[in-house]
Amino acid sequence: MTDDLHDLRKHLQAAPAPDAEAKAWAMALAMENFDRLQGSPQAPRSSEDRPKAAAMNGVRRMLNLLTSRPALAMTTSAAALVLGVAVILPVADLRLTGPGALPASETPTAKRSTPADAAAPATAPADPALDAGTASSMAEAEPMDGITAEEFELSGEILSPNLAQPEPAAPARSEPAAKTEAPGNLALSEPIEEEAAPSAPMGLPEAEARLRLEAPAETADGAVGYIAADPVIAPLPDLVQPQVQDSEAYATAAANPVKVTAEEPVSTFSIDVDTASWAVIRSSLNLGVLPTPDQVRVEEMVNYFPYAYPAPTPEAAFSTNVSVMQTPWNTGTRLVTIGIQGALPAVADRPPLNLVFLIDTSGSMEDPNKLGLLKQSLALMLAELRPEDQIAIVAYAGSAGQVLPPTPAAERETILAALETLSAGGSTAGAEGLELAYQVAEAMKADGEISRILLATDGDFNVGVSDPEGLEAYVARQRETGTYLSVLGFGRGNLDDAVMQALAQNGNGTAAYIDTLSEARKVLVDQLTGALFPIADDVKIQVEWNPAEVAEYRLIGYETRALRREDFNNDRVDAGAIGAGRQVTAIYEVTAPGSDALRNDPLRYGAAPAEGAGGEVGFLRLRWKAPGAEVSTLAETAITGAEPASEEARFAAAIAGFGQLLQGSVYLGDWGWDEAIALAASARGEDAYGYRNEAVTLMRLAQALAAN
Amino acid sequence: MLMDTPDETLATHAAQGDRAAFATLVGRHYDRMHGLAWRLTGSKAEAEDLTQDICAALPAKLRNWRGEARFTTWLYRVVVNAAHDLRRRQATRSRAAQGWGDWELARQDEIQVQAEAAGWLAQAMTQLPPDLRDTVALVLGEEMTQADAGVVLGVSEGTIAWRMSEVKKRLRAMAREEAK
Repeated sequence: MTDDLHDLRKHLQAAPAPDAEAKAWAMALAMENFDRLQGSPQAPRSSEDRPKAAAMNGVRRMLNLLTSRPALAMTTSAAALVLGVAVILPVADLRLTGPGALPASETPTAKRSTPADAAAPATAPADPALDAGTASSMAEAEPMDGITAEEFELSGEILSPNLAQPEPAAPARSEPAAKTEAPGNLALSEPIEEEAAPSAPMGLPEAEARLRLEAPAETADGAVGYIAADPVIAPLPDLVQPQVQDSEAYATAAANPVKVTAEEPVSTFSIDVDTASWAVIRSSLNLGVLPTPDQVRVEEMVNYFPYAYPAPTPEAAFSTNVSVMQTPWNTGTRLVTIGIQGALPAVADRPPLNLVFLIDTSGSMEDPNKLGLLKQSLALMLAELRPEDQIAIVAYAGSAGQVLPPTPAAERETILAALETLSAGGSTAGAEGLELAYQVAEAMKADGEISRILLATDGDFNVGVSDPEGLEAYVARQRETGTYLSVLGFGRGNLDDAVMQALAQNGNGTAAYIDTLSEARKVLVDQLTGALFPIADDVKIQVEWNPAEVAEYRLIGYETRALRREDFNNDRVDAGAIGAGRQVTAIYEVTAPGSDALRNDPLRYGAAPAEGAGGEVGFLRLRWKAPGAEVSTLAETAITGAEPASEEARFAAAIAGFGQLLQGSVYLGDWGWDEAIALAASARGEDAYGYRNEAVTLMRLAQALAAN
Repeated sequence: MLMDTPDETLATHAAQGDRAAFATLVGRHYDRMHGLAWRLTGSKAEAEDLTQDICAALPAKLRNWRGEARFTTWLYRVVVNAAHDLRRRQATRSRAAQGWGDWELARQDEIQVQAEAAGWLAQAMTQLPPDLRDTVALVLGEEMTQADAGVVLGVSEGTIAWRMSEVKKRLRAMAREEAK
C-alpha cells in the first residue's frame, strides 16, 4: 500500500526536465508581457476616448463607473435606478491593476502558434479521452471551484492562446474519424468552434458583444480587452486576444506646469470623478510601500472625499463654489478651489423599489471576503431602504432557489435571517438563477415601481461557458420589460469583470467590486441616499484667467483630463459624467502679477496686461449635457478673488498637497509632511464617515515610510 | 542581492513594476511550474504549453498578488487553475463530440490514450479522477504538506487527507487488478 504511494511518488517526482528552449521562450514572453504591462501611455488620457475605449483597467473602470454613477438611484425616470456599490479593490490588486494592460496579449498567441501547432495534434486528441470520464463533472461540480473562480481570469487570459488550437486540432481529430465515418468529420468542426466561445467565458468578444458593450468603456480585466479592442480583431476566428491598450495605466502625464496667463489665459479640462488613485495609494501605503509618483493622480485623491458644498438651487443641475485662500505651501500664491456640487433629486419622491438579490452561493464564494462580506454589505444597505421597498433573495448554486419571497424591507429580521441561511457550496448554475430572479422581480412589479436585480457573485458565473451571448441577450431583453440588473463583484479582482460588465451593461446597471466593508458602506450606504445616477454628462470646465490679476496659474492634477480650448464648446467632444449629489473639486494655484512667487519673468516685448474686467480674477465656465441630451448647457461664474476660504477647500488643499508630496512635486518648497498633516487634521470638519480621518492616518503612514 | 531576496518580496516588487525582480522570480520558478504542469497534465508537450501560457499571463496575474500566502503557494494555485481551465476546455471539446453521438471518435481517442499511457504512472494517473490526480501531484510530486495542498486546491486539510487515503485505496485496487 505504501508501496503504491512510494511508486507514485517516485514517478511523479521524476518530472521530465524542461526543455531549455521552451523555457527561454516562455521567459522571454513573460518579460515581454511584463514590459508591456509597465508601459506608459504615450498620449495624455483624453477625456474624449474615455467613455468608449478609455483603456482603464478593469478595476479603475469599475470604480469610475461606480463613482460616476454608483447609485441606488431612485427616480421616476426610468433607467435611473442603479444600485451601485463601490468598490474598492483589493488593495494589492488595485495597485497592481493600475497598469491596466490586460495580459493575455496577442503576442503570446501569435508566438505560440508554432509550438501550439506542434503540440495540438498530439495533445488535443489525447486529452478529451483522458478526461472524458470526468468531463461532465468537471464543468459542473468541479470541487476546486473556489480557486478556479478566483483565478478564473486565467482562463480568459492565459489560456486563450490555446483557443487557437481548435484549428490545428481539428484536422488531427477528424482524420481518424474520416477513416471510419465521414459524418464524424463534419461533426467535429462545428463543435470545436462552438467550444471556442464558451471556453473564454468573458470573451464574448465577438463583434456583437463588442457592439453592445462598446459605449461604456467598461474596461474589465481580461475581457475588456476584447471589448475595447480594435474592431478589426473581432472577425478573427481563433479568438486571438487583442492586445489591450495600456493607455490609462497609471496615466503618467507630467504634472501640469505653471502657465503664463498672458500666453495662455484659458484652461480647459473635463471633470474627473474617478477616485481610484486614492485606493491605489491607500493600498500601497497599507502594504508599507510608498506609491510611485505615476500612481498618484491628485484630482482623484481630492475627489475621493465628499465635500459639504451647498446644494444647487432647485432648478439648477449644479452649484459652483469657489474658494480662494493663500496657498499653504507658498505664501506668494493663492489657491482657487472650484467645487462643483451636483443636484440631488428628491429621493423622498422616489417610487418604491423592488430589489431581488441574486446571490452566488457556489463553493468559490466560501470566503469571508466574499459571501461573508456580501451578507454584511446587504445588511448595511437594508437600513437605507424604505419600509415599502421590497426585497427578495434568490440563490444559485449551493443553496438554490428562492431563499426569501418578496418581503417588505421593514421586516428586517426576516430578511437578515434569510441572508444568514445562505451558505456556499456546490457549483454555479447562474442562468437558472437569473431566470428565477427575473420571474421573482416580475411578480413583484407594480405600477410605478422600479425593479432591479442585484447579482452578487465572485465572477464564477459559468453560464458563460454554456451560452454567454444568449445570457446577455436575455438580460437585454429583460431590461426592456423594465427590470434592471446590477452586478456586485466580491472577492479579488478576478476574471470576471467582463462578464459582470457585460451583464450590468445589458441590464442597464452598474458593475462594482466590493472588497471591504468600508467600501461597501461608502457606496452602498453613505451614497445610497444620494441616489447616484448621472445627472449630467460631458461636464467640462473652462477657466479664463484675467492677466491683470493672475500672471501665472497652475492646475493641480487633471493632467490626464486636459481638453483643448476649442473642445469646450464642441458638444461632440466627450467628457466626464457626474452623479447625483456628487462633488467634483479642482484646484488652481495662481500667482498675482508682481508677486515674488512668479516663476517666469515678464516678456520684454509682451503686450501690456489688459485692464478692466472689474478686478475679476477669472471667469469660470461650466458646460454639461443633461443625461441623454445632445446639446450642452452653459453656466458662467465670475471669480472675484474675494471668495472666502472654506474648511472644505482647506481639506482639499491638504489632500492636493499630500498628492504632490507623493509625486515629489517641485512646487511645494519646504512645505512637508508635518504641514500637510496639520492642515488636513485641522480641516477634518464633521467627517461623519471618517474618510478624512483615514486620510490623516495614511498621511502619517506615508510620512513614516518616506522617512525611511 | 536579488538572489537572496525572498519570493514574496520579489513578487511585491515585480507587481510594482520591478523588472529585475520579475525576471528573477520567473527564472527561479520556471522549472517548478513546469514540473507541476507536467504532473497535472501528464504530458510534456502540454506542460510546456501550459507553462508558457502561465508565464505569458504572469505579469498580469501578479497584480493579484497580495502577499497573503507564500509565493509558491500562490503560484501553485495559478498553475493548478490553469490546468483546470485546460481540462475544462478539453471537456467541452469532448462533450461537443459526444453531443454528436460519435462514439467512434471516443473510441479513437481511447486508442490514442492507451498508446500514450504506456508507463505505469500514466496508467495510475489516468485511473485517478482529476481531483485525486491534482492532490497527488501536489502532495507526492511537489512534496507539499497536506495543509499547503489544501490551500492551493481550496479545500480543507481533511479533504486532502481523505483524498490521499482514497488514492491509496485505488492504487491497492489497481495492484490487485494487475496481479490477476
